[in-house]
Amino acid sequence: MTTWEKTDFEKLQSDAKRRRRLGRVGLYIAASLFAFLAAFPFGWALITMFKQSNDLYVKDNNPFWFNEPPTGEHVGFLFSGTNYLTFVRNTVIVGLAVTAITLALSLPVAYALARLRLRWGERLGIAIFLVYLIPPTLLFIPMTRVVNVLGLQESLLSLLLVYPTITIPISSWLLMGFFKGIPMDIEEQAMVDGQSRIGAITKVVLPLMFPGIVAVIVFAFTLSTHEFIYALSFNKGSATKTIATGVPTELVRGDVFFWQSLQAAVIMIAVPIAFIFNAFLDKFIKGFTLGAVKG
Amino acid sequence: MSPAKAPPRRRYLADNPRFLAALFMSPAVTYIIALVGFPFVLAIVYAFTDITTGNPELEFVGFETFRRVLADPIFREALGNTFWFALIANLLVVVLAKALALVLIQDFKGKRIVRFLVLLPWVAPVSLATITWLWTLDSIFSPIDWVLRQLGLITENMYWLGRPGLAMTSVIAVHTWRIVPLAAVIMMAGLISIPSEINDAAAVDGAGPWRKQFQITVPLMAPIIAVAVLFGMILTISDMSVVYVLTRGGPTNSTQVLSTWAFFKGIEGGALGQGAAVALFLLPVLVGITAVILRMARRREVL
Amino acid sequence: MAVVEVRGLKKHFGEVAAVDGVDLRSEEGEFLVLLGPSGCGKTTLLRMIAGLEHPTEGDILLGGENVTGLPPRARRIAMVFQSYALYPHMTVARNIEFPLKAQGIEAAERSKKVQWAAELFGIDSLLHRRPRQLSGGERQRVALARALVREPTVFLLDEPLSNLDAKLRASARDDLLEFQRRIGITTLYVTHDQVEAMGMGDRIAVMDRGKIRQLGTPEEVYHHPVDTFVAGFLGSPPMNLLIGPDFLFGFRPEQLLPEGISRDDGPRISLTFHVNRVEYLGSERYLYGHIQGFEANKIIAMLPGTVTLPLTADTDHRFSVAEAQIRYFAKDGGDKIPPQPLPL
Repeated sequence: MTTWEKTDFEKLQSDAKRRRRLGRVGLYIAASLFAFLAAFPFGWALITMFKQSNDLYVKDNNPFWFNEPPTGEHVGFLFSGTNYLTFVRNTVIVGLAVTAITLALSLPVAYALARLRLRWGERLGIAIFLVYLIPPTLLFIPMTRVVNVLGLQESLLSLLLVYPTITIPISSWLLMGFFKGIPMDIEEQAMVDGQSRIGAITKVVLPLMFPGIVAVIVFAFTLSTHEFIYALSFNKGSATKTIATGVPTELVRGDVFFWQSLQAAVIMIAVPIAFIFNAFLDKFIKGFTLGAVKG
Repeated sequence: MSPAKAPPRRRYLADNPRFLAALFMSPAVTYIIALVGFPFVLAIVYAFTDITTGNPELEFVGFETFRRVLADPIFREALGNTFWFALIANLLVVVLAKALALVLIQDFKGKRIVRFLVLLPWVAPVSLATITWLWTLDSIFSPIDWVLRQLGLITENMYWLGRPGLAMTSVIAVHTWRIVPLAAVIMMAGLISIPSEINDAAAVDGAGPWRKQFQITVPLMAPIIAVAVLFGMILTISDMSVVYVLTRGGPTNSTQVLSTWAFFKGIEGGALGQGAAVALFLLPVLVGITAVILRMARRREVL
Repeated sequence: MAVVEVRGLKKHFGEVAAVDGVDLRSEEGEFLVLLGPSGCGKTTLLRMIAGLEHPTEGDILLGGENVTGLPPRARRIAMVFQSYALYPHMTVARNIEFPLKAQGIEAAERSKKVQWAAELFGIDSLLHRRPRQLSGGERQRVALARALVREPTVFLLDEPLSNLDAKLRASARDDLLEFQRRIGITTLYVTHDQVEAMGMGDRIAVMDRGKIRQLGTPEEVYHHPVDTFVAGFLGSPPMNLLIGPDFLFGFRPEQLLPEGISRDDGPRISLTFHVNRVEYLGSERYLYGHIQGFEANKIIAMLPGTVTLPLTADTDHRFSVAEAQIRYFAKDGGDKIPPQPLPL
């Protein structure tokens, strides 16, 4: 081909260098833009929570600056004037319990679907996923009746009973992916070495499932922390509210919004969760790759 | 030599796959049937009755409840809103999440911080994240309005949540904002699963960045993109907290969606039957969208 | 003019120097093999020439023009990867067509070229299949067709035969060589298999830890290794090495013959070979043992099957090596040194 000789290599070189540098700059700009768009409401919440009311509620004051010195009184109000700590305690209790229940029920199902060749195995897997499609917004009305009939209203037990319906389908699906990623040889080796199937699973496979289990713990805990509609429908009294329902309802009394305290609550909850999620992100992606791409 | 005796069955129960299958699956399956199946059936039953909190008797009324629900203009508005919000929000999500995934795949300084910040919208509980937006879009004190006023672009506040068109935009924006991190993470998983030699081959074959994206990367990621869209759709359509916290369905029901309308009718209004009927419409919407997306993904199945 | 030239090329990954100062010039139309153990830098070197890695230092010239820093698509190279990297979602025809599309060639011209490339490799009947429907050998041919359709000036191959099963490998090698000879394109071929390298290369660049140890014809690197690494890497089994007073010396297994079986290669040195074990492989016999006086060094002798002299294990036998076949190396560093007086 004759175009080779006609090519101006010096120009190509400098073009390539410039394009590489632009690409780098572009990457940083894009990253900063995404970070800003994602986080600026939280950034502003962070400022707001320390603002004095006579600073905050002045229309023309610079919202990003402390025109009056910052104060911790609203953050304090969150703890002293509301049941915030109760909400946090409730959320943690429910989160931990639901996560435990989820693991206890999902691990066996996921294993069975991934390993034991069942006649209706494929279809059951899809069925479990389909359950996820039945939203709480459809079930909450009859569910409220069920809870009332069982006498579990106004108690954390109602949430413990119902939240796994949300967490189990998706956790099973995730765990299935992780199980498929572990080669059969390891189990078979254990069985040859004298373990029963159950023994092989508990002693050999489960330890290898650790990243998957962690992913499910993080996911299940997050789902139960986020849940809104069931909590709102079942527990109307302050003592049994979770963060998700308690903060929006109790920090708004009539028409008065306790904005600084509200924002404080949001920051104090969102930041630690994001921190933990960030730490486990790689494991989560791995599980998704196994579950979604290959399953 | 006498023939060997068959080993006792019961001793090796812990190895029997069929027994194990039953054992492993029954707790979860029983639980799901009891706590999802049963209420689901109950919801359908409610929709065929006239049950209210005031009159909790199951009186079968045929399609009367449905007729009443469908005749309500607000219901039709809610149905349309549900559909449009989900569609527009998820279209935006796909584009933005793809771009974000491409960014997060690279190595650069401050990557961990960017990842942390970008995760915030998703990990913050929905109701709380929406509250920050409620404040950010406040009709008097919104900082966005303040900045726009300072720049001289507007003289009077925008009333982001008070005007029907803007309120719908705000709801869509909050949904998109929330879901992009999750979709980006899912897409990152997809990007990683493309063998690096394929990217190398494309570079050697002369593909520039755009060609590589659209002719190689995106087609190979199609199933994962489908999963991300599916999750996004489910989350948008079945969510009620965003609209509930942000606008309560207002102004004048312009942001009402099926899930909030079901809540208002059923719980706050007490008309349980009608609430159930409204909520039942969520099902065909969800199943329909799932079927469409999965079929599109299956057609592109290559690996 | 050298088609591929590399000057002072270095590539550092953090602290590690994957390629540590490489100079190379290829002849036009030659089949140049980059041979070495895994981690020696041969693939990194190839990728830098392709433009997939950016060198830390040094220059790369293709056809006399400095292409360092340019992306692959500006370099008129073609590359075949170990996994063939066929685009799984495209038909064979689309796969082959892809580079032409990227060049902006029009549809009519493109289908002509695709047809030409497909016929060249005998895959024109497979044009509408997808990669997952093809066998290993067919995939290789598609990868080659895709590479050649752009009429590149250099052809880079990264261990393309290692994914094929053994039977297929021989015929694939044959096809590859025949086709390279026909087209006459300069080819750089990476492998860790020294048998493959010896069989295919016009010249072999033996690499270790980021540097080229020796560049020469198969004959040169086999019979005149420049250090102990090359001597040990080429040849299967490798060269026997014995520790002398203050140097090393060695000879290849096939050069250690029973006394009395002579070859026409000059004066021979006699030694006593204590045979521990005999392996009979039909076409050859391997004798494992040690030389009297050098008990610490394990020695292998390789006798062709045509030598039917009975040799038993656990006995001493008289063997000899031609003086001219002995190679000498420094104890320190292993480089080649001139012949030394032997303690035999």
